[in-house]
Amino acid sequence: MEQVELIDITKSYDKQKKVLNEISLSIEKGEFFVLVGPSGSGKSTLLRMIAGLEDITDGTLKINDKVVNHLPPKERNLSMVFQNYALYPHLTVEQNILFGLKAKKVSKVEQQERLRETAEMMGLSELLSRKPRELSGGQRQRVALARSVVSQAPLCLMDEPLSNLDAKLRANMRVEIRRLQKRLGLTMIYVTHDQVEAMTMGDRIMVLNDGIIQQIGKPITLYNEPANLFVASFIGSPKMNLGKAKFSTDYKQLIIEGVLPIEMDPLSVSERLKDVNLTVGIRAEHIFSGMEENATHYLEVVNVEHLGNETTLAFDIGTELWTAKWPGQWMINVGDKIPVRISVEHLCYFDSDSEELLKAATAGKSQEVVAI
Amino acid sequence: MSIASDLAVQNQDSMELVFKQVRKKQKIKSFIKGILFLSPSILLFSVFLFYPMLRTIYLSFFLTDASGSTTVFVGWQNYINLFTSPVFLKSMMSTFLFVLYTVPVTVIISLFLAVIANEKLKGVGFFRTIYSSSMGISVAAASVFWLYLFNPSMGFLNMIVEALGFEAIGWLTDPAWALVSISITTIWMNIGFTFLILLGGLQSIDSYLYESADIDGAGYFYKLRRITIPMLSPTLFFVITVTIINAFQTFGQIDILTQGGPANETNLIVYSIYREAFVNYQFGSASAQAVVLFILILLMTAIQFKFGERKVHYQ
Amino acid sequence: MTMGTGKKLIFYILLTISAIILFAPTLMALVMSFMSNQDILTGSLPTSLTLDNYKNAFERFPLFQYLFNSFVVSILIMIGQLVLCSLAAYAFVFLEFKGRDLLFYVFIATMMIPFEASIIPNFHIIRDLNWIDTYQGLTIPFFAMAFGTFLLRQNFKMIPKELKEASQIAGMGDFRFYLTVVLPVAKTSLVTLGVYGFLTSWNMYLWPLLATTNDSVRTVQIGLKQLQTQEQLNDWGVIMAGAVIVIIPTLILLFLGQKKLQRGLTEGALK
Ligand SMILES: Nc1ncnc2c1ncn2[C@@H]1O[C@H](COP(=O)(O)OP(=O)(O)OP(=O)(O)O)[C@@H](O)[C@H]1O
Ligand SMILES: [Mg+2]
Repeated sequence: MEQVELIDITKSYDKQKKVLNEISLSIEKGEFFVLVGPSGSGKSTLLRMIAGLEDITDGTLKINDKVVNHLPPKERNLSMVFQNYALYPHLTVEQNILFGLKAKKVSKVEQQERLRETAEMMGLSELLSRKPRELSGGQRQRVALARSVVSQAPLCLMDEPLSNLDAKLRANMRVEIRRLQKRLGLTMIYVTHDQVEAMTMGDRIMVLNDGIIQQIGKPITLYNEPANLFVASFIGSPKMNLGKAKFSTDYKQLIIEGVLPIEMDPLSVSERLKDVNLTVGIRAEHIFSGMEENATHYLEVVNVEHLGNETTLAFDIGTELWTAKWPGQWMINVGDKIPVRISVEHLCYFDSDSEELLKAATAGKSQEVVAI
Repeated sequence: MSIASDLAVQNQDSMELVFKQVRKKQKIKSFIKGILFLSPSILLFSVFLFYPMLRTIYLSFFLTDASGSTTVFVGWQNYINLFTSPVFLKSMMSTFLFVLYTVPVTVIISLFLAVIANEKLKGVGFFRTIYSSSMGISVAAASVFWLYLFNPSMGFLNMIVEALGFEAIGWLTDPAWALVSISITTIWMNIGFTFLILLGGLQSIDSYLYESADIDGAGYFYKLRRITIPMLSPTLFFVITVTIINAFQTFGQIDILTQGGPANETNLIVYSIYREAFVNYQFGSASAQAVVLFILILLMTAIQFKFGERKVHYQ
Repeated sequence: MTMGTGKKLIFYILLTISAIILFAPTLMALVMSFMSNQDILTGSLPTSLTLDNYKNAFERFPLFQYLFNSFVVSILIMIGQLVLCSLAAYAFVFLEFKGRDLLFYVFIATMMIPFEASIIPNFHIIRDLNWIDTYQGLTIPFFAMAFGTFLLRQNFKMIPKELKEASQIAGMGDFRFYLTVVLPVAKTSLVTLGVYGFLTSWNMYLWPLLATTNDSVRTVQIGLKQLQTQEQLNDWGVIMAGAVIVIIPTLILLFLGQKKLQRGLTEGALK
């Protein structure tokens, strides 16, 4: 069943530039849906339109199959968690949590019931009489979550709720939010500009750029089959290595950035790749270390980063900087020329002009399937 | 199938209509809400500020009876009379002189006090309280204090003057001194407020500015001239305009100390309006004076808005 | 940074001299109010301290009545200003509607009209409403205040918009949000404005002079003027006692609220 449906939703503040352009999507009940995109892409605007905090310029918004364009926020039966938590500084944690219930005139008995339950769930029972300024960032975050949980609204909206927390706490809260959502069966629309958050939390992700949907899909799909160059470079860390490419006249080689030839089977080159300007991409983990015998290229290392469990290496490929990610610890120095193995089945092909995906990597898929 | 989609289209259209209506209703609702929140203020402003101001302008073109009803339309005659009347010209002259006497001295003394009271010294809070104390002293009380100080025979000031071997001064009775005496009283009264504002301005200057100047080895007066005064200039500007506006509105100390005398020396504009309206019952001519006052203050506030804040800072 | 002892000494000397000069008139009034008439007339230092002046002041003048009136008037004005200014500031910060900016300019425009310049019609209005010698005549004209609205507006603007949005989602109306969130959160600035309003109302002079004709609602400032004109000849001790009584409430308020007032006024004036 669809909980939220957007049909050609458009937003413009000044009637000239469209901040959001014909956004259509539907979100299932119980789904964790992530909106991700760079700053200014219109994520918050979209979320606030769903919440009813912002007028919808054009298009239809349905919640539970009912058109709600004209309804004020309180009649949409949803809850929202803000980036700065929006806790009332003069109220205690308890009063903050109960704020919405009081406004909705829920009975005193039920208020206490829900408060106790929620506080227990969120680990806030000890903190109920404190004021927000006496709490740590993570605790404040939890109060904000509790406020949303206690409302028992089936739809929960979150706008970058973790961006004020430090990295470690953020990782913890990611898991916590995710678990909470599953446990309560909430439908979640979650905004973030952090693709790691998107990848780790979302059932499905929508990538937004400049008010236009770039791609909607499962995290793995976005990773393996990025619909265009924008998604390819936005999703994944480090970003996908990209380079302009040209086939040799006999289609036996694909030459990347004019310096990196890749051996091809001419028969496997489909027609649609032949007469466009190509950009190819390859994930950092698909540039493997080569042995003497199976190395396809020797590349000069321009930078080395040791992360402990893995090592990232950077190479100059024409005008591009490519990275390779190898598991384990590798004693390699800058300036070394090292053997690597790049194979054709890991390449994604894009049209340089339209930036659309032409052909996804063939190897990636089978590998993931194996992993499951 | 096609019927269903037709229905959908129709539905769509009627929904559009509903949205439009709802949006319109919401707009009207939020307008009403805004007006409701503002209406008490707007109502009172209208009744006790805008209407009276318009009425003042209107009255200034009429002669009135003692109850304030208009009798004869006289056009610009009230204004012509004013600007040919030696008494009013004198009043204008005194008002400007008064501004000249009070404003610079008030600001300089307050600035000095604010600077010395801004040092991080033990017990400085006590001094701040003392310096701002005149803000809590009403015109009436302050005037009474100074009335005694100016007293020709018992007053403390003349005691000092005589002790120094000079002749006693008729502070409030000598035309040469009366305006100065009023100015001294006014300066003393104003210091509390200007000091408080300037101190606030000083405290809002980021301390890192001083720290980096310290690292550069700058001296006290160098820092005062190169950091404090420039950074304080918006506040100074505000204080100056407010002090000028206050000076134009001076009334209480005149009423208690000199009643406009001697020889109209201290007949400042508001006192002149008061006398014309509520002693002589010449509401038309008093209104014309009020319009002059209005224009003076309008100019001052306009200047303040135009050059206020940012610009001064970067002069 | 630490300061050399010599430098510190210079500052203390400057601070002390300035304090003595500035506070001398007040101190003098205070001392005189306890001096016998004899001592004052001969210009000697006080030989004995007495409360006679205060007793006389209260006996010969309805000072209690004046003080009471002043309290009523000041508190009414203070409350009126707090209510009206906070309502208006709320509309300017949290509500969006057509004509808001225009109305904001109207508020700015009010700063350009001095009350003194419109005092003649104001007097006639109060007279025609039969509000002479009433509390409402003394107070209501001062309820609306642009400066106070701006000061509160500055403070309300620091309240995150998300608080409003969160309560919108929770289904809380504007008026309740104003009452239960905005006012408590902006408490400090309300106190500042309240202190300021009380001080200026207590010290008001011209309007009470015009709007009162008898002792029924006459404020203590006008009372002091009467005291002074009637006692002018030589009873300075009584006059000073009256003056001291007049300034005590405001001085106490100022001493308590000086820090807040200073911060609040600077903010309201300059941002
Ligand atoms: N009230 C407004 N008036 C005009 N333009 C606005 C308004 N609010 C947002 N915008 C514009 O809309 C665009 C999208 O803004 P939005 O806040 O939705 O971005 P975002 O994706 O949430 O970015 P971020 O990650 O920085 O929060 C931006 O270009 C922004 O400048
Ligand atoms: Mg955002």
